[in-house]
Formats: sequence, structure tokens, C-alpha cells
Amino acid sequence: MDQVRYEAPNSLDAAVGLLSGSDGMAKIFAGGTDVMVQIHSDLIEPDLIVNVKNIPELTGITHSNGSFTVGAATPVVEMQEHKEFCKTWPGVIEGAELIGSVQVKGRSTIVGNLCNASPAADSVPPCIAAGATVRIVGPNGERQAAVEDIVLGPRKTSLEKGEIIVSTTFPARPPHSGDCYLRLTPRTEMDIAIVGAGVNLTLDDAGTCIAARVSLGAVAPRFLLVKECADALIGSKVDDEALAAMAKAASAAADPISDKRGTKEYRIKTAAVMARRAAEKALERAREN
Amino acid sequence: MAKAHVTTTINGDEYEFLCEPQQSLVDVLRNELRLSGTKEGCSTGDCGACSVMMDGRLVCSCLVLAVEAEGKEVETIEGMGTADDLHPLQKRFLEINGLQCGICTPGILVAAKALLEENDNPTESEIRYWLAGNLCRCTGYDKVIRSVQAAAEDMRKG
Repeated sequence: MDQVRYEAPNSLDAAVGLLSGSDGMAKIFAGGTDVMVQIHSDLIEPDLIVNVKNIPELTGITHSNGSFTVGAATPVVEMQEHKEFCKTWPGVIEGAELIGSVQVKGRSTIVGNLCNASPAADSVPPCIAAGATVRIVGPNGERQAAVEDIVLGPRKTSLEKGEIIVSTTFPARPPHSGDCYLRLTPRTEMDIAIVGAGVNLTLDDAGTCIAARVSLGAVAPRFLLVKECADALIGSKVDDEALAAMAKAASAAADPISDKRGTKEYRIKTAAVMARRAAEKALERAREN
Repeated sequence: MAKAHVTTTINGDEYEFLCEPQQSLVDVLRNELRLSGTKEGCSTGDCGACSVMMDGRLVCSCLVLAVEAEGKEVETIEGMGTADDLHPLQKRFLEINGLQCGICTPGILVAAKALLEENDNPTESEIRYWLAGNLCRCTGYDKVIRSVQAAAEDMRKG
């Protein structure tokens, strides 16, 4: 391998300058749990590694007016330790907790999980269901994007050269809201999803669903935000009939491949099962608060 | 680009080393600093043999760049006990045979110590989930779990 240049800037401007000014392959390095593996297995040969963990805007969790902003370099373990975040977004934590072992969670980040752009990433569907947005800074300024607009396909993102995701913002939560992420894997721990389902819903005082977002992972080249699933829940009491319609819509939206973890048919069938179970749990949580 | 110069603290002692920018921490620990207690298994963060503490967090040192250790506090298996003064976990792993070939053991000990610092009375299930990132191909894990439980009890009694 040729010599790699390593930089650890402490400002966003400096990081954007380094990334956009690089001629060769430049990699953003936060948790490093994907980049290190790719480097050492010779999948990538970066010319520049930019460690972004010294940039203040990318670290820590802030809470204001009910919304949470999680810095892009914040490791999952810090999210797990943030009691208020865990209480407000249990489904997001359920997804983030599946990123890997305790060791991996001490380093890995949800934005890294997103930008690695695996369609099976566990933390992404609950962030999409949550309606989370990311703040992006690049050579042409700043923009916001919905989480569902970042991954375009396996290993492909909508980020331009030199752009960095600075943080993820989770919107304020209305009363009677609940979320949940469930996934199906061959093992109970340390495995990659066959199907993942994130559901986020809000009820009115009478228990009628007034808002819902359902996102599926590992059943298509991209993460799905399934409007038909949401439509099946909104306006209902989230009863058997509505849940059955939502589950059916989840299977209909799934367009998976077959691989060693599960066949296409199995994924289509279990997309309905996981979406329904996640919705039932989200409902239970919504009724509690 | 020249080698990077790194100053770090390992097991309470200050160390200085030179490394390539893409070199992993486990590589430097073992091959530059000769702290070979930490093992390298998979190099992909799956097996946990290279587990160390960095600034109080349990991490796989194969997934950490050595340059990142600059200014940090690293704790390895070498800092855990001595032959004359074993850590309670080390004592119990020996007594209960919580190891066979021993390659995974330093990583398991470092990870188990981190668990007991957070939770002094973990259930079997909590131990199994915590140690899910530490693979052992010999023991079948049962004696590992029992060793951790016995050490936890010793430590609670002080």
C-alpha cells in the first residue's frame, strides 16, 4: 500500500477543505469499524483518512425543545447511556444496539452505519421511521436531508465529494407516540438482518392513529419507507384489521434477493411478520406515554 | 508522509512510538511495543481477541488506528494483574478452567473486567450478551461464564 495521509482536523471547514481538496480516495473516519476492515482486507486503498472525532459539532448529544441532535461521530454507547434519548426513542436504540458487539458499539456510529450503505444496516430503518434528518456540510455550503434520501443502493450514497454528515436530528415527540425496531436473523446476536422493520406511530387521545411511518431494511437495494403501510395504520385504532393490512403492504413492498441468510420468498413473508410485531410493540409504547 | 509520532499512556505508563498512518493499535501494541498479551484474531472486529480499554471504553484494538491513541489512556491485559497478584477474574479462570488454548483469554478477561465495573452481579444472560463479541473456539463458553460469575462474587465480597 502507498503511504496514506492521516489528518484529524478540529474544525468542519478544515475537514471539508481536506476532503474536497483530495485528488485520490478520501475516507471519513469516525468509529472506523467499517473503514478499518475495508483497509485491512484491501477492499479500499485510501490516500487520505480524515478522523472527524475532534470536530465539536460532530460529537455529543444535544436536547432542545423536545428534539435530539446526535453528532455524527458519537459512538452508539453514548446513545445507550443517554437516558432521556433512550426513553424517547427506544426503537432507534433497538436498531443502534444491533450494530455489533460491546467493543464495536464503543466506536461505531449511526451515521457510519448509514454511510456504509449496506441495505441491511440495523440502525437505519428506525431512524427513517422516526423522521430523522441529517445536516450535511460540504464545499458548496450546508443542506439538510431526510435519512431515507441518503442511501441510493448497496455502497452508494447521495453524498457529494467533500460532503460530511455533521449530525442527525430526531424531531420532537407528540404525546402518545411510540417506536420499535425488530429484525430477524439466523442467530440471536452478532448477525446481519434477513428483514428489519422500524415502526413509529402517534395516537390521539381517543387511541386513533394520527401519524405513522414504517421503514423496512434488508428487503430491497435501498431502505424502504412504505407509505402503504403507514396509510393502513393512519385513521385506525391499530386493530387486527389495520395491522393485517399493514403487514400485507409490507410484503407487497419487499423486493429482496435470495442469499445464504434467507430466500427471497422467506424475506417477503417475514417482512409482514416483523412489521406487524414492530407495530404492535410501537402501539404498546404509544399507549404508555 | 513520514511516520506519525504518538505519545500515549498504556497501563499508567507513558509510551512514545512511531507508526504508519494506517497501522492498527493492536499491530503497534504487539509488534512495536512488544506488549504481546493482546492477541490478534480476525482483524475485522468480530472475534474480540484484541479487546483493550481506551479512555474507559472497551474497544477492539484492530479497529483502532494507532495514531488515534495520541493523548489517550489505553489499558491492556498486561495492566490487569501480575503472576504474584492475579486479578480475581484471572484466578477464577485458572481454577474453573475458563480457558483452553488461551488465545481468546486476554480479550475475554479485559471485556469481563469492563462488564464487572459496570455491573457487579451480572446474570448468565447478561454475561453472554456482553461477551458476544469475544469468540472462543475451545471452551464452549460454559466455563467462561462460570468463571466470570465466580469472580464477580469474589469481588462483591471484596
